[in-house]
Amino acid sequence: MINDFNYLKPGSVKEAFEMYAEHDDCKVICGGQSLLIVMRQGMVAPEYLLDIKGLDELRYIKYDEKDGLRIGATTTHREIEKSPIIQEKYPVLSLMETKLASIQTRNWGTIGGNLAHADPAGDPAPVLIALNANIKVGGKNGERTMPLEDFFKDYFETALEKGELVLEVHVPVPPAKTSVAYQKFNLLDSDMGIVAVAASITLNGDDTCKDARIVLGNAAPIPKRVKNAEELLKGKKFDEKLFEEVGRISYEESEPVADIHASEEHRRHLLSVLTKRMIKKAWEQARAVA
Amino acid sequence: MEKRALKLSVNGQEYEVFIHPKTLLVEVIRDHLGFTGTKRGCETVSCGACTVLVNGASVKSCSVLAVQVEGMEVTTVEGLEQDGKLSPIQKAFLDNGSYQCGFCTPGMLMSATAFLKENEGREVTEHEIREGIEGNICRCTGYNSIVRAIDAVAKGTYKEE
Ligand SMILES: Cc1cc2nc3c(=O)[nH]c(=O)nc-3n(C[C@H](O)[C@H](O)[C@H](O)COP(=O)(O)OP(=O)(O)OC[C@H]3O[C@@H](n4cnc5c(N)ncnc54)[C@H](O)[C@@H]3O)c2cc1C
Ligand code: FES
Ligand code: FES
Repeated sequence: MINDFNYLKPGSVKEAFEMYAEHDDCKVICGGQSLLIVMRQGMVAPEYLLDIKGLDELRYIKYDEKDGLRIGATTTHREIEKSPIIQEKYPVLSLMETKLASIQTRNWGTIGGNLAHADPAGDPAPVLIALNANIKVGGKNGERTMPLEDFFKDYFETALEKGELVLEVHVPVPPAKTSVAYQKFNLLDSDMGIVAVAASITLNGDDTCKDARIVLGNAAPIPKRVKNAEELLKGKKFDEKLFEEVGRISYEESEPVADIHASEEHRRHLLSVLTKRMIKKAWEQARAVA
Repeated sequence: MEKRALKLSVNGQEYEVFIHPKTLLVEVIRDHLGFTGTKRGCETVSCGACTVLVNGASVKSCSVLAVQVEGMEVTTVEGLEQDGKLSPIQKAFLDNGSYQCGFCTPGMLMSATAFLKENEGREVTEHEIREGIEGNICRCTGYNSIVRAIDAVAKGTYKEE
């Protein structure tokens, strides 16, 4: 049973900040696709519910050739999936969205809600971190921006302070000859990933690796960068043996849990295989981009 | 926890209901307005039996707060008929035997309707049809007959007589 709560509906972001600051024991709802499940289970039973779903001020996708991409927090998954500019400039983001939950959930659930929920199996976070994204949060006392990587603190815990909302995700323009690949492993397309890997590869003119970012999903309490593997790739040529080694680093550095979907060992194995594949794929794609 | 007035349109008709803010859209549709075509199944956003359209987009009404659809247009399976006649996708479901127990059917029809609208005038692949109903589970048919029905409508077999 969902508990009886007092319903707060702000008309603007400013009003939302004020209402959020004024009310203790207040929870934010956007699409409710994750929140209503835990409220129904009685795990979350706030006195106040602040409904930001209708805040169209935060519902936008903006692109600028110098500044990159900005997505407002109340933008739905489906809007990101279907955005022509995202399909053109950041195809991996749109592809990731097509495999996130079902169409119905993508039609109502939002990017801000997904990131704030901080499920370690969430799909957007690894891809956005591979894309070097930043997140803007804010409340009554002002706004701040941080690398998305620093936003996640623990299972379902983020850097949001009391009274703060997620406002925007910013994805910078990728460096030349960069491509990102992402894949989650699951049995049903619309399920949460058992594990996932996002890899970004930037190439030099001579086809050596200039920069790499590898992010593992559902491999630890928060999205996990594999920096040792990234370092190993830098300056190297395309080499299946090297990718094998990089996969082994993912295997070793991940700290996955065991559950009904997969054992810890199976998860590590999947992570090593996906790491190898995603690096290879991103590398091949990067050759083709300007 | 005061009750509030909620105005919404369901199947083209305006309604005003008085509800607790925690009321779910499926409860307004079924319990307040009596459109019992929409089913409650898992109630955890998994099965899709509760699928309705909100401003043309499919959502799972078991997991949408009713207050969030203020002023919007909801379509349920009862709203699919046109001038007292079944819509093309409903006819196609009948002709193809796309249901057995029928519990998933209202939700399936809504996802199929949204899919067909989105892809109007475009050729669709079987894979795309299957992705179009990815959020709807059917424990009876094995999906093939449902896919055939959607395919038939997409191919224009049920164009207005
Ligand atoms: C069946 C099912 C399958 C799913 N599969 C996937 C999947 O494959 N991959 C995936 O990534 N996700 C998946 N999800 C998660 C989900 O789809 C959403 O992405 C997301 O959690 C919901 O966004 P929302 O707007 O509905 O957030 P809500 O449910 O409204 O909120 C989620 C949490 O974020 C907080 N919150 C919301 N918006 C803000 C904000 N702007 N600022 C601060 N806090 C905020 C809320 O207080 C709450 O704690 C799945 C969910 C379901 C039910
Ligand atoms: S009842 Fe809504 S998805 Fe199952
Ligand atoms: S016809 Fe029985 S669940 Fe689909």
